[in-house]
Amino acid sequence: MNAKTADKIATALIVTIAAIIILILAGLLGYILIRGVGHISFDFLTSPPETIRAGGGIGPQLFNSLFLLVLTMIITIPLGLGAGIYMSEYAKPGRGTDFIRLVVEVLSSFPSIVVGLFGLLVIVNLFGFGFSLFSGALALTVFNLPLMVRITEQGLKSVPREQKEAGLALGLSKWKTIRSIMLPIAIPVILTGTILAAGRVFGEAAALLFTAGMSSPRLDFSDWNPLSPFSPLNPFRPAETLAVHIWKINSEGLAPDAPEIAAGASAVLIITVLLFNMIARWFGRYVHRKFTATK
Amino acid sequence: MQDIGLSAHKLSVHYGEKAAVKNVSLDFADRQVTALIGPSGCGKSTFLRSLNRMNDLIPGARVTGDIWIGGENINSPQTDVVLLRQKIGMVWQRPNPFHKSIYENIAFGPRYHGIRDKKKLDEIVEQSLRRAALWEETKDRLHNSALALSGGQQQRLCIARSIAVKPSIILMDEPASALDPVSTAKIEELIAELKQDYCIVIVTHNMYQAARISQKTAFFMLGEVEEYDDTDKIFTNPQKISTSDYITGRFG
Repeated sequence: MNAKTADKIATALIVTIAAIIILILAGLLGYILIRGVGHISFDFLTSPPETIRAGGGIGPQLFNSLFLLVLTMIITIPLGLGAGIYMSEYAKPGRGTDFIRLVVEVLSSFPSIVVGLFGLLVIVNLFGFGFSLFSGALALTVFNLPLMVRITEQGLKSVPREQKEAGLALGLSKWKTIRSIMLPIAIPVILTGTILAAGRVFGEAAALLFTAGMSSPRLDFSDWNPLSPFSPLNPFRPAETLAVHIWKINSEGLAPDAPEIAAGASAVLIITVLLFNMIARWFGRYVHRKFTATK
Repeated sequence: MQDIGLSAHKLSVHYGEKAAVKNVSLDFADRQVTALIGPSGCGKSTFLRSLNRMNDLIPGARVTGDIWIGGENINSPQTDVVLLRQKIGMVWQRPNPFHKSIYENIAFGPRYHGIRDKKKLDEIVEQSLRRAALWEETKDRLHNSALALSGGQQQRLCIARSIAVKPSIILMDEPASALDPVSTAKIEELIAELKQDYCIVIVTHNMYQAARISQKTAFFMLGEVEEYDDTDKIFTNPQKISTSDYITGRFG
């Protein structure tokens, strides 16, 4: 076989594989959307679920998912950024950092059900936070953090060395160089990583079963005092998220329209993740333009 | 005898066990261009990077010996490198403007060092750009991205950036080797101009460039200085065979 034929075969093979992947993805997305989109209505998105009767919605669950996302990110982003900056710029390479990196890798490949059980034992029971959004956010932080750390580290490492040197050579301090020269360049990479991390929060169910709980109190959407037990903003109340809700009604739903609700909720979940990705991407580009003044 | 701008005494650089620079002692006079020439891997860039402690960033690099600037040995652990680097500007082989606007590239350093007055900053930006012969080309688009400039313009911007913090010494690591001939000529003109105020140390691969712009030339080989003299002398009447072989293009 001559080189030209080999090249053609390789090209054809790679194109075929790519096509198969796109087909699978489009098929999955299409299936979920076609089954679910018909069920989505304003009422469905805002009303609370029904246990036995038909016509329940997913309002509180959708809100819980978004709120949990925000809570988790509030914990994850500063910790992840800090640790990532340390690993990339401050830690002396050697056994210590290699060990930290190994721990981070292991942490990120933990099965989420194990993280959930750990959360139940330690966060829910030992620390006494109970089934709550806060417990859920802490559990999700456990496996979001490694991703965040790695992404920050990679983002900073991808900044050309000359940029860093140029900052230092001007007599900028190390921190100023990192903050004002390197981080702006690394931000699109870091943002992409944050989106990935956020996507996991949104879709996660197993780790939340035993931490955020499988029920929501009767939320009073007119009460925005975070300390009141029925306020949606109270982080110490139990909260069933969208993904957990899908799992629950699929396995033990009693309402006659449970399959439709599950399909609709799945579609909402997918669409939200897609939206979130697109908005964050756009935002990443916007921030990059803003920080670097490139056109 | 001119003032000594910078003086290295028995400077050695080790990467792990390997010695990249061995016992180099050189004096660099103020208001003068000194060229460092030599074959690839001879340690000239490594030597240059030790002068503003840039090798501190390389894991495993060890710099021993003294570097004197105005009666202070700056190669000591007590030296405040942040303060030191304000006195020494640096220009790299590939232009590396910050990913910011042209204005910000220049104003960033002075502002960090305490100049907040907008008028004063505007002045510094204009002066530095004029100094780098870039003002006419950029005055109407100061707030556009520096990355939109051509390679030669970017390099002049980097020079402007380094002189904006008022150093007394400028280190240049093959500043024109990534540029086209026209841009190279502009950079050389600029160096000749800057020489009136600064102590300039330049690493170059281009021997014609060394001959054109420098007053003193040091020839490096295998981490050591083979010969250091007036540029005219090095190029017309070198004392060592290795120097003459190198500048006549027999190796390197």
